[in-house]
Amino acid sequence: MSDTTQRPAGALPAGAAPGGPASRLRLPGLSALGPLLALILLVALGAYLNDNFLSAGNITNVLARSAFIGMIAVGMTFVITSGGLDLSVGSMAAFIAGVMILAMNALLPSMGVGVPLILAGMAIALGAGFLAGLGNGLLVTKARIEPFIVTLGTMGIFRSLVTWLADGGTISLDFGVRQLYRPVFYSGLFGISWPIIVFAIVAVAGQIAMRHTRFGRYCEAIGSNDKVALYSAVNVERIRLMTYVLLGLLVGLATIMYVPRLGSASGSTGMLWELEAIAAVIIGGTALKGGYGRVWGTVIGVLILSLIDNILILADLVSPYLNGTIQGVIIVLAVVLQRGKSSSA
Amino acid sequence: MERRTFLTTAAIGAATAAAGVSVPAMAQGKKAVIGVSIPSATHGFMGGLNWHAQETIKRLKATYPNLEFVLATAGAVGKQVNDIEDMVATRNIDALVVLPFESEPLTSPVKAVKDAGKWVTVVDRGLSQPGIEDLYVAGDNIAFGRVSGEYFKANLKPGAKIVVLRGIPTTLDNERVDAFKAAIEGSGIEILDMQHGNWNRDKAFSVMQDYLSKHKKIDAVWAADDDMAIGVMEAISQAGRQKEMWIVGGAGMKEIIKRVMDKDPQIPVDVSYTPAQISTAIEVTALKFVSNTPVYGRFIIGSTLITAENAAQFYFPDSPF
Repeated sequence: MSDTTQRPAGALPAGAAPGGPASRLRLPGLSALGPLLALILLVALGAYLNDNFLSAGNITNVLARSAFIGMIAVGMTFVITSGGLDLSVGSMAAFIAGVMILAMNALLPSMGVGVPLILAGMAIALGAGFLAGLGNGLLVTKARIEPFIVTLGTMGIFRSLVTWLADGGTISLDFGVRQLYRPVFYSGLFGISWPIIVFAIVAVAGQIAMRHTRFGRYCEAIGSNDKVALYSAVNVERIRLMTYVLLGLLVGLATIMYVPRLGSASGSTGMLWELEAIAAVIIGGTALKGGYGRVWGTVIGVLILSLIDNILILADLVSPYLNGTIQGVIIVLAVVLQRGKSSSA
Repeated sequence: MERRTFLTTAAIGAATAAAGVSVPAMAQGKKAVIGVSIPSATHGFMGGLNWHAQETIKRLKATYPNLEFVLATAGAVGKQVNDIEDMVATRNIDALVVLPFESEPLTSPVKAVKDAGKWVTVVDRGLSQPGIEDLYVAGDNIAFGRVSGEYFKANLKPGAKIVVLRGIPTTLDNERVDAFKAAIEGSGIEILDMQHGNWNRDKAFSVMQDYLSKHKKIDAVWAADDDMAIGVMEAISQAGRQKEMWIVGGAGMKEIIKRVMDKDPQIPVDVSYTPAQISTAIEVTALKFVSNTPVYGRFIIGSTLITAENAAQFYFPDSPF
């Protein structure tokens, strides 16, 4: 993904949004509104098809479900914006969940069931996420291997490690610990469940980091043209490494919210999360080749993906065999909508 | 050095066996080698199957010193084909016990083993060409659906409303669902919804959440799989509707069997589809080499209803599944 040679030199100044004439920088153009439009249409469709669609229960379900992929996708936005890619996040989530549960079960006799044990588990998840992200990042920046290959490799490694840890079965959290930890997924503040709150904080922080910090600008500069960024005294390797570490930490955070839901991890945990996260990022308007990132778009992309699933089940529109087709069509349409507009603009 | 001499003797044993000598290998004092090729433990059921295979081999090795085993697990079709070719070429197996990853691509490699004069036992998934295997051991998918359906019919009143979670779209899943539908026919039970949960906890959790938002009244859930039953249970308890409905899973996961044993009203029964079928296949194949017991043919392991009374015999607390 580090396309240093293909791009004609000097095609874009570092840090500028590609295809962004000055007139389009003030208002989000129609192309930027494409995913938002698709989301609104989906919500209207859902409300029309089923009365329970807009019920608090269903909205909570959909948002809480989106939270895991959502947090990961926000991190993925930075990786992709800076010209990278991470295919390992789904397997990484499964691996971190496995390590976290095993560690908590192992610490149980010495620490007893209590808040410190849960906090220790959370620290381990974040630590594991940090190390996993650091590993990916170092392989990309220091060993200079293509991110696609690095993360394809670590994807297989994490997946097989969790299967091995689980002895092919399922790793389950001790029942007593589970009861104490359960509210982290199932309860919340003012009727809004914790995963939704955490996801919202991550999304807002991500949006600020992308738009209003040097880190965000550097990510876009590197993704746009890493040579120019390097000559402009940007520490390209360090920023790239940071995007992978950030993503690893967010995968750890997602796992912290995920484990209390079912209290278990297995070889099939987090299956295809990487593709959902990448799809959400692209639907949201971030360029897959890097150079331009849009965090709020990613959030909308995640919501679109969860809503399609939800509506298909609530509505009984088509044979369940065709669910994948409908999802595929909507994903492609959402992207066509914005790309079509942006190329004509 | 020792190992090399052993390999030669094994090779001679295999050669005589291949030459059409029908005397059990044990009678000649030679070791018979049984190759076991199964998919690797990528999900709960296969994890259980791997565990049972290893346990059985351990036990048989101790019981019959004249039997030798080669166990290979494969994560992909190609790897399994290579494993089988290696077993024939380098380990001189006398028999192959194989659970094909996929029927179509494994058919001709297994046929080649058969053509080389080896004994072939096929487990669970049949080959695409009939008549290759000497012994076929499998669970009964139609009975799996029927037994579940009969339980629903016997325990629900006409007009009762149920929801169903299906597995990954496959022939196997269709057989189960069709048999289930046939069994509840005429009972007046209404199937409100039938969606794919892909035999996955997370997916089953979100599908059940959606069922619960959509339907105000559900009397029972056919989760059709124990992993899915766990996801379903969580979704129901999140909605606080535990009292309203019961769940029937399937396969025989130890956590679920434990609940059946403990008379959990939410999980009254389970339906067996056991990963221990690999044990049956290996044991019966071993019999061929240590006795004159006729073992060719088909061995279909019934799917039975697991209730609080008989749950103990399906409970393997040490198994990962």
